[in-house]
Amino acid sequence: MEFFDIFLLEAIVNGLLLGGLLALLALGLNLVFGVIDVIWICYAEIIMVSMYGIWWLHSVQGAPLWLAFVFGVAVAALLGAALHHFIVRPVLTAEPINQLLVTGGVLFFLQAAATVVFGIEFRNIGIQLPGVSVGELYLSMSRLIAFGVALASIVATYLFLTRTYIGTAIRAISQDREIMPLMGVNASRIYLLTSALGGALAGLAGCLLVLQYDIHPAIGLSFGPIAFLICVLGGLGNLVGGFLAAFLFAQFISVGGFVFHLEWGYVLAFVFFIVMMFWKPQGLFARRQ
Amino acid sequence: MLEIRNLSAGYGSFQALFDVSLEVAAGESVAVIGPNGAGKTTLLRAISRLIDARSGELAMEGRRYNDIAPHEVVSLGIAQVPEGRRLFPRLTVEDNLKMGGFTAAARRHHRERLDFVYSLFPRMKERRLQLAGTMSGGEQQMCAIGRALMSKPKLLLLDEPSAGLAPVVVQSIFELMKRIRAEGYTVLIVEQNIQQVLQVVDRGYLLETGRIRMSGTSAELLASDEIRKAYLGV
Amino acid sequence: MTTNARRIGLALLALLLVAPLLGIGAYPMHLMIMAMLWGFIYTSWALMGRLGMVSLGHGAFFGIGAYVVVMLWNHFGLPPLAGAIVAVLASAVLALLIGYPCFHFRIVGHYFALVTLALAEVVRLTIVGLRDSTGGSLGVTPAPGIPAGESASLFALQFSDRTVWFYIILVMWLLSLYVWRRVDRSMTRLALQAISEEEDAAASIGINVPRSKLGVATLSAVMTAIGGVLYAQYQLYVNPETVSGIAISLQIVFGAIAGGMFVTLGPTVGAVFLLLLSESLRILVGNQVHGLDMLIYGALLVFFIIYMPKGILGTWLEWRERRAG
Repeated sequence: MEFFDIFLLEAIVNGLLLGGLLALLALGLNLVFGVIDVIWICYAEIIMVSMYGIWWLHSVQGAPLWLAFVFGVAVAALLGAALHHFIVRPVLTAEPINQLLVTGGVLFFLQAAATVVFGIEFRNIGIQLPGVSVGELYLSMSRLIAFGVALASIVATYLFLTRTYIGTAIRAISQDREIMPLMGVNASRIYLLTSALGGALAGLAGCLLVLQYDIHPAIGLSFGPIAFLICVLGGLGNLVGGFLAAFLFAQFISVGGFVFHLEWGYVLAFVFFIVMMFWKPQGLFARRQ
Repeated sequence: MLEIRNLSAGYGSFQALFDVSLEVAAGESVAVIGPNGAGKTTLLRAISRLIDARSGELAMEGRRYNDIAPHEVVSLGIAQVPEGRRLFPRLTVEDNLKMGGFTAAARRHHRERLDFVYSLFPRMKERRLQLAGTMSGGEQQMCAIGRALMSKPKLLLLDEPSAGLAPVVVQSIFELMKRIRAEGYTVLIVEQNIQQVLQVVDRGYLLETGRIRMSGTSAELLASDEIRKAYLGV
Repeated sequence: MTTNARRIGLALLALLLVAPLLGIGAYPMHLMIMAMLWGFIYTSWALMGRLGMVSLGHGAFFGIGAYVVVMLWNHFGLPPLAGAIVAVLASAVLALLIGYPCFHFRIVGHYFALVTLALAEVVRLTIVGLRDSTGGSLGVTPAPGIPAGESASLFALQFSDRTVWFYIILVMWLLSLYVWRRVDRSMTRLALQAISEEEDAAASIGINVPRSKLGVATLSAVMTAIGGVLYAQYQLYVNPETVSGIAISLQIVFGAIAGGMFVTLGPTVGAVFLLLLSESLRILVGNQVHGLDMLIYGALLVFFIIYMPKGILGTWLEWRERRAG
């Protein structure tokens, strides 16, 4: 009976830790959608690219890990900006479905590019962080670090959005794009910056994931759909909603996966999502659009 | 200061302005009056480069600016208070004002400008952390005007500042116009409320179906038969 | 259709009907079968897609079709023809279950796309999760059902002669075109056109929007499931990653759109295009560098969406019209 409680508690705590990471994922997606009104279906693939970048610079080129992390974030930020400039911009005025599909095409492209360049073997940066005992719980150090960094990044992003001029402009443009020139703001530039920021957040998520998981061209498919669903659950574009929804979702995955078998946690979370769609179609904490 | 010569502009296949010419000298306050659909808002949009001029010239302080990017107009010293206020509803009053002072030049004087706007609109100071969308129409108008003032403009454009506001509030808005004039700002106001606006400006132009039909001092316009019959119900 | 086009079309159809008898090799016949099969599936998707209901979850129905027949056959010996009926019912129920609240609550656009995506992933994860029965990510093959000494079994829906499959799938493909036409021509289609453009206006003139949408969506889902059944029985191997989940869902959407989803033969053109593309890339390039074919494939898809949003056939038809007018 006691063991059961401890493991359940561990599942809950791990769910919290996972929640922090998922919240970071949701942040980037929500930011881009909230500002530019486009969903990057290939978001997880940007994360995948940054993970490969980190692995390449550190495990292959031998650079120190911190440098590889900076590289990973930079590559992802550039990728986000390029994605917006070359791929999204041409279809900004087209049907929303085309925007979804064009990023879907990029999903295939990035997966294939990773396969061509890095092959299909699983890669790993080979860092094994020890477990940590917190009271009677045994937790993974990498998960704790991921949680801490994710939370710090979210706070940093929040401060950026509320305290700086550009951050305020980013919030403003999602509320009224048309009058931005009257403020002296170049709207396209803000879109580009937002895309770079969204990419950077993905890169950051990549840094955290690379500590815990192996890298493979198709790993984007494991957490991409989850990130979308969290954003929709929290209300697409709603940064706070996405944050809360991430933790809720993570609990379903973690506890559900503990009570049943691993995949069933995800199935449960997905089913929960579908049910929620019918109860609150605009998301649990939707902005009034 | 502002010179518009033979301006034509429109939307797609629809032309809204035909060969419009007007000018505003430094320190003046000028009104463009006319009925609904005359093209008044189109005129201001063309001046702010939100839409392209199909033909004609836009010049500020002698310098032609037909080809500059829309977001560079503020750097010329032209700021607009758009029709319907257009505040950022989910930003605070202070953040809205911050957006008005976004350009590099404006940021340098942010504190000073902010103090000025708050002295002009003490109510805005009280409500600085309030979400702009939750304020009343009159308060929003004040905020919108304050926002435009943040960039220390040489020319202030106002698009129908009294639209959609209660009569009492309208009164205070025009009082405000007088005050802004007194501070020395050059102002171009577009208005349907002919009676009131002509009380606060030096000169005016009558715009009907995209063409300038008449111009003169506000006294002349108020006295003109055409205007009195068509618009003042006399 | 002009009489010339009609004549050419009939000639091609006649050619198609006798193709197997012309001594075509196994591989070209396989390609034609796959082209028609995917044409069938993409057309089924386009039934919904062209009316503004863009589903990123058709992998769910495809997967249900494929796995239900194979599982019922392997575990209970239920003949696939009967299993297909079960699959059809299951996908219909699922479509109604998800569709009813969606259309009722006006869940559209991005939200609808993501809900359907969730559906496809649920199906995939369920298949993987039930690994003890389904074989998980390794996939599964239908148990051999052709009695010794014979070459075909209707009972097991397995045929070793490819020609039989050719005609089965040809008929199904033509059927899908027919269904498309019928939906297109009926009053419902005018109504649904109005709906995809302006739901409120349509509702205000008395069109029962949710019901019309639900009808088309269910039809689309059921047909896709049948496609899954055919796929499983023809290929004799299914795998959760290839028949369910987001990847196959996206492929279906791309196929329909690449060809042009507003035209009857558009999705079929898309199927032919994608097939030729992936096969030629695989032959030219796939064997040397793993994944280069997919790279070009992805790049071309992006190119298509940006520069030919109406698809190949759609753009070509538009170009022709502009030349004439």
